[in-house]
Amino acid sequence: MTWVIFWQLALGFGAISLVSIGGGIAVLPEMHRLVVEVHGWMDSGDFARRFALAQAAPGPNVLVVGLFGWHVGGVGGMLTAVLAMTLPTSFMAFGFSRLRTRLAGRMWLKTIERGLVPIAVGLIGASGLILARGTADWWLPVAITVASAVFVWRTDYSPLWVLGAGAVVGLLAL
Amino acid sequence: MTDDPQPRPVPTLGDLFLTYGKIGLIGFGGINAWARRVLVEEKRWLSDQDYAETLGLGQVLPGPNALNAAIMIGDRFHGTAGAIAAPVAMFGGPLILLAGLAMLYDAYGDLPTMRAVLIGVGAAAAGMVLGTAAKMTEKLKPPPPLLAIGLIALVAAGILRVPLPVTVLGLAPFGIWAAWWAMRKP
Repeated sequence: MTWVIFWQLALGFGAISLVSIGGGIAVLPEMHRLVVEVHGWMDSGDFARRFALAQAAPGPNVLVVGLFGWHVGGVGGMLTAVLAMTLPTSFMAFGFSRLRTRLAGRMWLKTIERGLVPIAVGLIGASGLILARGTADWWLPVAITVASAVFVWRTDYSPLWVLGAGAVVGLLAL
Repeated sequence: MTDDPQPRPVPTLGDLFLTYGKIGLIGFGGINAWARRVLVEEKRWLSDQDYAETLGLGQVLPGPNALNAAIMIGDRFHGTAGAIAAPVAMFGGPLILLAGLAMLYDAYGDLPTMRAVLIGVGAAAAGMVLGTAAKMTEKLKPPPPLLAIGLIALVAAGILRVPLPVTVLGLAPFGIWAAWWAMRKP
């Protein structure tokens, strides 16, 4: 009865998505509870490895739910998990976007938008720190991170250069 | 590096789709820093302030914030069609890539070479994200109270590991208050 698993994926990730304020990764503990503790689809080590893989790959971080879904139900499981995690909140975001357009120019909305800006920027910085901690086992990865940060901050060249450099340094020295 | 006064170009629907597809596929370390790079610096469709405001709203709404921002940006330029095209492109490419990786990972994930390259790219991506935060702060020139809110968000979420919903919803009233205070002054 594989459809039960798809149903569990859809309901589980759909419910989690509705409380994911601050981003999909905010609810990683809840995902762990669903995937490891409630359903026992994988152990904690598998969970951590899949998270690391999704972090290393390009794309929205939330796609890690696709890897959980893949593990449980192949391609269908992947699509089910990703859609459950993204579709319900997408309708809310779209509704909000329409509301925002209608209210554009109101002073109170402008104030709210400006007040949220530093939180958005601060959380980008925070995700950088968290990513850095994942690789900072010794001085070389830390040096790559610092050099890359300075390069991206102080120049307008494409950041793809530092990713390529990081890959080469990693290949030669790690 | 300066704000240029020329009018900002408006993307066609096809541009929007292709550009978000690109953002998805180069988005190492998360989408947001790359979306800013491409939308603000390369394409000039949005200003730093526009992008940061949209992302800020995307963070207080439930759901992946990069997705919420993509929907709002798509809607802004091309209505419903844009609100569908941008996120579909952003997710489509990486999803196909990830399906391939999921198959390869079990076979090759433990190879030392693979791990070394992933560590190097991961460290560089972390620096890219940090550099973007520094660059945005420099360009947005926040008044001191807003800068303080940003630093508190950075420390709370990045160092103390306060849960994100607590960080976002806890700081939002203070951020809005600080913005109101800063806008009152001439």
